[in-house]
Formats: sequence, C-alpha cells, structure tokens
Amino acid sequence: MSFFFEVLIAGLLSGVMYALVALGFVLVYKASGVFNFAQGAMVFFAALTCVGFNEVFGLSLWIAIPLTMLVMVILGMAIEKIVLRRLVNQPEITLFMATIGLSFFIEGLAQLLWGSQPHKLTLPIEDVPIAFLMDQFNMLISQFDVIAACICAILVLVLALLFSKTKIGRALRAVADDHQAALSVGIPLQHIWAVVWAVAGFVSLVAGLLWGARNGVQFSLVYIALKALPVLILGGFTSVPGAIAGGLIIGASEKLAEVYLGPIMGGGIEGWFPYVLALLFLLVRPEGLFGEKIIRRI
Amino acid sequence: MFYREAGQFKTTYAADSQIFPIKQDRIGIALLFACAFFVVPFVAPAYVISAILIPFLIFSLAALGLNILTGYAGQLSLGSAAFMAVGAFASYNFVLRIPGIPLLLAFALGGICASLVGMAFGLPSLRIRGFYLAAATLATQFFVVWCLTKISWFTNSSSSGVITAQEMTILEFHFHTPASKYVLTLSIVAVLALLAKNMVRSNIGRSWMAVRDMDVAAEVIGIRLMRTKMLAFAVSSFYCGIAGALYAYAYLGTVEPEAYNLDLSFRILFMVIIGGAGSILGAFLGAAFIILLPILIDFITHALALPTSVSSNLELMVFGGLIIFFLIVEPHGLARLWQITKEKCRLWPFPY
Repeated sequence: MSFFFEVLIAGLLSGVMYALVALGFVLVYKASGVFNFAQGAMVFFAALTCVGFNEVFGLSLWIAIPLTMLVMVILGMAIEKIVLRRLVNQPEITLFMATIGLSFFIEGLAQLLWGSQPHKLTLPIEDVPIAFLMDQFNMLISQFDVIAACICAILVLVLALLFSKTKIGRALRAVADDHQAALSVGIPLQHIWAVVWAVAGFVSLVAGLLWGARNGVQFSLVYIALKALPVLILGGFTSVPGAIAGGLIIGASEKLAEVYLGPIMGGGIEGWFPYVLALLFLLVRPEGLFGEKIIRRI
Repeated sequence: MFYREAGQFKTTYAADSQIFPIKQDRIGIALLFACAFFVVPFVAPAYVISAILIPFLIFSLAALGLNILTGYAGQLSLGSAAFMAVGAFASYNFVLRIPGIPLLLAFALGGICASLVGMAFGLPSLRIRGFYLAAATLATQFFVVWCLTKISWFTNSSSSGVITAQEMTILEFHFHTPASKYVLTLSIVAVLALLAKNMVRSNIGRSWMAVRDMDVAAEVIGIRLMRTKMLAFAVSSFYCGIAGALYAYAYLGTVEPEAYNLDLSFRILFMVIIGGAGSILGAFLGAAFIILLPILIDFITHALALPTSVSSNLELMVFGGLIIFFLIVEPHGLARLWQITKEKCRLWPFPY
C-alpha cells in the first residue's frame, strides 16, 4: 500500500509541475483569448537564458534570475508589440497559428544565442528524499518536488488574487470577454496585453527553472508544453484553479496508469494516456472541470 | 485586359454551374494539366521530381483533406498525420496479406480504414469544439502512433518497426522511375482534387460551411449535425489516408510510424492556414510554400557560408518569422492574395 501512495504522491507532485506550465497558458488565454502555443518555447528560452547568464557570463544564480526575468518581460512586451498588436480582432485560429510561428522563432533564437547543447542547472534545493517520510512510512518523496509544489501554490495564490481583486485583473477579464467591447469602454488594450505577456514570461521562467533543474536544460523542454494541453482541457482553459486540479489529476493518473496498466498494455502509455483521459472527460463535461459554461446564441 | 468574362454568355444551366465559369480559367487549367502531365515528367530532372514535386503533391493532398475538415467544416484538428499513418499502414497490410490485390484498391481500402478511424475520433466533435477539440485530437495523434509501434502485427513483425513499401504495380506496369511515380501521384491527386472541388460546391459542402459558421443555426435550418460532421471527418481522413499511403509508397519507400509525428500534423496545418482555409487552391499554394521555403532558406544560408549550427537555428527563426509575417499581412492566406490579383486583372487597365 505504501508503494501505491508513493506513486500517487510522486504523480501529484509531477502534476504540480504540469500545472505550472498550464498556468502560463491559462493566463494568456484568459486575458487575450490567445491560445499561446509558444509557452513551451518560452519556458525553454527562460531556462536557457538563465543558464547562459550563469555559465557564459559567470554570474551567480541570484543575479542571473532577476536578469532573466527582465529579459522575459522584455520578450513578452516585444511579442505583444510586434505580433499581437497587428492581429487584433482576427479569428482565434489565426492567433493560434501566429503563436506556433512564434514558438519556432523563439526556439531558433534561444539556440542561436546560447548554443544547442544540453546544460545542467543546479538550484540551491537538493533533490533528496525526505528523511522523515522515509523512516516513518518507507516512502521515497523528493524534497525538491515538495518545494516546487510550494512555489507553485504561492504563485497560484498571487495570480488568483491579481485576477479577482485588482483593477488590472478586472480589466484583464474584460479584455478576455471581448476585445472591441473592452476597447470601447476605455480599457487600454495594449497595456493589458503587455502586462499579461510579461506575467506569462515570469511564470515560464519559474517553470523553466524548476523543469530545467529536474530534467536538464535541453530542447525537450519545448515538449512539456504539449503535456500541459490535457491538463488544460481537463481543467478548462479559463480557470486558474482548474489548471491546478487538472495538473494534479493528470499527474497522478498518468503515473498510476503507467505503473498498474502499463505492464498489461506493453508500456509507454504515459505518452497518450493523459490525452485519452482528457478526451473521455470532455465527453461528460465539454468545458472542462472549472471552465465557464459556454452559452451560445443564434 | 485579357482576363475578363465580358461577352461570355451562359445559355444553359449546366454552363452556369460549371467549375470554372470563365473561359480564360478553363484554358489556364487545361494548360497547367497538359504541362504537368506531358512536359514535366520528361523535362524536369529526377532530383526535382522526387524531392520537390512528389512531396508537394502528397502534402497538397493531405492539406486538402485537412482543409475539408478545418476550412470547410470548421473542426480544428491536430491529428492529420495520424490519419496519414493509418492510411499508409493499412495499405501496406492489404498489399501484404491479400496477394494480387490491385494497388489502387489497396490505397482506397487504406483510405477507408483511415476514415473509419477518423470517424471514431471525430465523435467527440459532437460535444466539444474549438481548441478543446484541437487538444482532444492530439489523443489521436499519440494513440495511433503508439499503437502502430507497439502492435507488431501492423509492421509485419519487423524488428525495427520500419516497413518497406512494396513495389507499385498497376496492370503489369512497374512504377520504378521518379517520373512514373510522379505521374501516378499526380493522377490520384488530380482526381481527388476535382472531386473535392465538386464536393464543396454541392449541398454537402454547403452544409459543411453552414456547420462551420454556426452549428446551432445549421441544426435549426435542418442540417443533421451528426451526419454532416461525421461525413467531414470521414472524407477528410480518407484524403489524409491516401496521402499517407502515397507518402510511404511514392516518396519515402521505407517508413516507420514515427515519421507520422506531431510535427507533420503541424506542417499540414500550416499549409492550410498559409494557403488559405476554406479554399481548394489554398491547399496547393500552402503546400508549395511550406515545401519550398526551407529549400530556399537552405540555399541562402549556404550561399552565405554560415556554419550549420547557426544556419539550422536561423532557418527556424526565418520560418517562424515568415509565418507570423504572412498572418499579419494576409490572414486569409495565399489563396486570398491570388483572388485579389485576379480581381485586379479583371479591372486592369481601367480600375474604375
């Protein structure tokens, strides 16, 4: 039984990491209606830039991280200024395609600047099992995962407050509802978008650091964005708590399925299981767990 | 001055509803076909045929399939490569396990298998739409490739999971040379493209477009949603399946399930968007653009003598940048640009 819990908790903790990436998606989608496929590329870019500052310029991590944050904010604003501003009021699919183009661009840029070989990123958090749980329950739970989960929880709390309590948050939600209507009541669309993209850049930096420390900073970081998609459809595209709940469900069920169903089905089911799970789930609740109910008028 | 329909009077209903109502268009298309069938195979070098023209035709067909689903019926899909894989592996198994089966029949059966799979994975579209659907179609992509890799029966138990497409033979004629493969591919693509053009002009196409524009309203005016959406998935997957089979047989020769990965799906989606969603011509223009662009960028970086590590990354950047550029300049795709050019030509030299 302790093995079951070990798998479950490891799954939940890795789910938190997925949720972190999904959070970036939700932020941008909620505020600008853009399904930002470049989120994965931004995570990669952030992690690589941070490592690059650290290794190439020999800066310590405590200087490299704020510097990278600055770079990400500038990147976010540049994206808004150069790409999205010119695509206002286009259909969602066009914006989506633009972000796919963007992800190619960012991937190329990141590797052009910092080289394409994989790097190691060491954060001052040790990846060791927690001794207490080890002794008492005989479970292997990494300290790193727990701290990552805490960071994620704080981030979510702050973002939830930002969205529900502040003036900017209200403006963000208005923009998400309807670009033109928001513009006509005097919400400065461009400012709002710049803010959102800057925040998305910040979230992707956090995700990039945690994922990079876990798996190494390499090109495959781009693909974790894909893992965030089932999380998103489970939780609903527009809900911050949904991203967390979706992440936990996907993380846990994926690990449990791999351990208990994998041997029966020939292994490697981690690759598609989350998607099929999300698909089946959508048949019951088409707008995800926490998504807004879509009311359609003719 | 020469491109206008002045003086071309339609006296019958048939003449009024033909595919190309303008005479100059008909002449142009006839010339294009004549050139593609009778001049190109003899003139073009083998490299151009096998590395550019054949993949161009195959990708056009796949883009056409996705365009039917996304551009006409409005169902966003990221799983087109999976349907291509189903088509390819099904055709391979039909040829392998039924001796003496005609090649075209095997392709058609492969396409039908793909459309069955497409309909199965299209079922959720009755409940969900938009990006939720797109993300859900990723399930198809990963599941199908996993299935083909894991179940060795599909690859005839080959240890590496790679299949080698059998030789293409129709009525004792062997398709060895690039030129003959090209002509076969071109014939299939031409027939299917004409079919698609007619389909989208008929009531099927109109009901697809009604569903795309607003499915609730379409249901109200008496279009059966389930049937229409399933038909769109079936036809689209059939086209993708045939394209996949050609991809294996006429282009690559040996192929593994991983060749039909998510990247391929995205490339096909790019072709549809760049070419113009909801346009048959757009599928071809988009495919040409996406095929030629990397070659062009490659050529330029070679000319500048940049190191490979720089040039490959630069290629990514230019590719991404150009996609964004095109979306900003013309969100309706190359087909729209072509249409604008034609309008201009009709008015030239007196545009008032």
